[in-house]
Amino acid sequence: MLKDVTLGQFLPGNSPVHRLDPRAKILFLIAVIVYIFITSNYFSLAVVGVFIILIMLLTGISVKLYLKSIKMILFIVLFTGIINLFYGRGEPLVQFGFLTITEAGINNAIFVAVRIALLIIASSVLTFTTSPTDLTDAIERLLKPLTIFHVKVHEIAMMMTIALRFVPTLLEETDKIMSAQKARGADMESGGLAKRVKAIVPVLIPLFVSAFRRAYELATAMECRCYQGGTGRTRMKSLHFGRVDFVSLLVCLIILAGVILCNVFLPAAVR
Amino acid sequence: MNVIETEDLSFVYGKGTPFEKVANDKLNIQIKQGEFIGIIGHTGSGKSTLVQMLNGLIKPTSGVVRLNGVDIWQVPKEIRKVRFNVGLVFQYPEYQLFEETVAKDIAFGPKNMGLDDEEIKRRINTSARFTGLKPELLSKSPFDLSGGEKRRAAIAGVIAMDPDVLILDEPTAGLDPAGRDVLLAQISQYHKERKNTVLLVSHSMEDIAKIADRILVMNNGRAAMFDETQKIFSRGDELEKMGLRVPQITKIMSMLRDRGYSLPSGVLTVEQAANELQVLLDKQ
Ligand SMILES: Nc1ncnc2c1ncn2[C@@H]1O[C@H](COP(=O)(O)OP(=O)(O)O)[C@@H](O)[C@H]1O
Ligand SMILES: [Mg+2]
Repeated sequence: MLKDVTLGQFLPGNSPVHRLDPRAKILFLIAVIVYIFITSNYFSLAVVGVFIILIMLLTGISVKLYLKSIKMILFIVLFTGIINLFYGRGEPLVQFGFLTITEAGINNAIFVAVRIALLIIASSVLTFTTSPTDLTDAIERLLKPLTIFHVKVHEIAMMMTIALRFVPTLLEETDKIMSAQKARGADMESGGLAKRVKAIVPVLIPLFVSAFRRAYELATAMECRCYQGGTGRTRMKSLHFGRVDFVSLLVCLIILAGVILCNVFLPAAVR
Repeated sequence: MNVIETEDLSFVYGKGTPFEKVANDKLNIQIKQGEFIGIIGHTGSGKSTLVQMLNGLIKPTSGVVRLNGVDIWQVPKEIRKVRFNVGLVFQYPEYQLFEETVAKDIAFGPKNMGLDDEEIKRRINTSARFTGLKPELLSKSPFDLSGGEKRRAAIAGVIAMDPDVLILDEPTAGLDPAGRDVLLAQISQYHKERKNTVLLVSHSMEDIAKIADRILVMNNGRAAMFDETQKIFSRGDELEKMGLRVPQITKIMSMLRDRGYSLPSGVLTVEQAANELQVLLDKQ
């Protein structure tokens, strides 16, 4: 059910990836996303792909969970892949009516699908191995320079922390309320659109009521502990940039070199 | 005749993930028509999981639940009928209220059953009477009730379906002692009048001792004991090892017994204890 949502879930562990500094992980993710998009032939794509898959294995988290994440957006992957199939220029290989498939189209389709899949795996590595608090902490630190422009970095990070913190709680609550209404014979699995929308009301109303109640309680609890925003706050856990982080930085640079070399010295498959 | 019967009933949460958790492990339980069953066990012992399987809200990982001899998952499409027959009141049921008025909220279940307006009205009134909801509350918004009244309204919503088996998951959690006693008395009264089967989940021995015919003791997902109330309470030491506190009076009586006084084991109430002690004193 709702519990099966793996995207964005944190799975505690003790792998080298788990131990990386969360700031470093965010920067690496951005770097890897750039790599994925600068690949222009199968060789560089393979370099990035193998790199991401190795990191995925290094996390020690069951591959099944990564596949589950991909499965959730499989539709998008296939859809964009198929659309791209018909968007290549050049000699048509196959032709159905006005639709033509060219070699470039096939390459485009494969590239788009693989890129999206790699993106999902790479971001799953980040969210699977980093606790939401570490993640928002890291984002706060990375965005800190923006305070010069009067961006309320701390407040934004706090809102993200709270939102992330309550996602599982609200999912659990939704599950519970759904069960309770099902126990009274609510039918949420069958019927047309109108009937289904109507069936959601008995779930949504209690959910909103309790979300507001929780928000008020949390606000009170924070005020009771003298929360006043970011100024002057110190941290319980400070982040450290350690040896693992430097080693991974090095690996990242080597991969970048690999991608660029492949791109430059081997023929391009996509523009 | 067994209303409910389970065979090697097991449930595993998060199968195939690092969070895998066996919540129920091979339960074999038989419950007869008209019995009042207490289910106790410490938090996390699997009580809620068990009762959700009994009314078909979650599907067993393995094993079978039989309602009147029939596997409830035989025709998965008919599972709603099972839920009407086995009414389940969740823990903290007040959070499921959603309608504009209490009466409408109580009518939600009966409406889903497809009953006519006349019958629904009758059921609202009877279930309000059983749960001690004052008639003037029926036209109020459920969000304007007090905590205890909300709880009653939610329980009435399940009783209104007139189930053959009524299951209540920790109905007294979070109530004050007076409210708790009244609610338990009403449940007991309902059972006597309706003569149906009631399963009451609780982690409080005192709650259950007074009203249950038989008690199922859950421990780490297993059925540790399933026996008559008296017999269960005579095994106080084992219960305490499972983190369950026997009623104070039961404990005092068993300590006296250990000191050599000839008293029966499994005394549950203060009155019973007083009688036994009177007999003993008279003899001396
Ligand atoms: N939705 C769930 N997902 C994962 N684990 C759960 C879920 N619900 C309960 N559990 C786990 O299953 C075990 C039994 O829980 P539960 O049946 O709620 O026990 P009880 O009602 O006796 O407190 C507990 O260890 C609990 O942590
Ligand atoms: Mg429970």
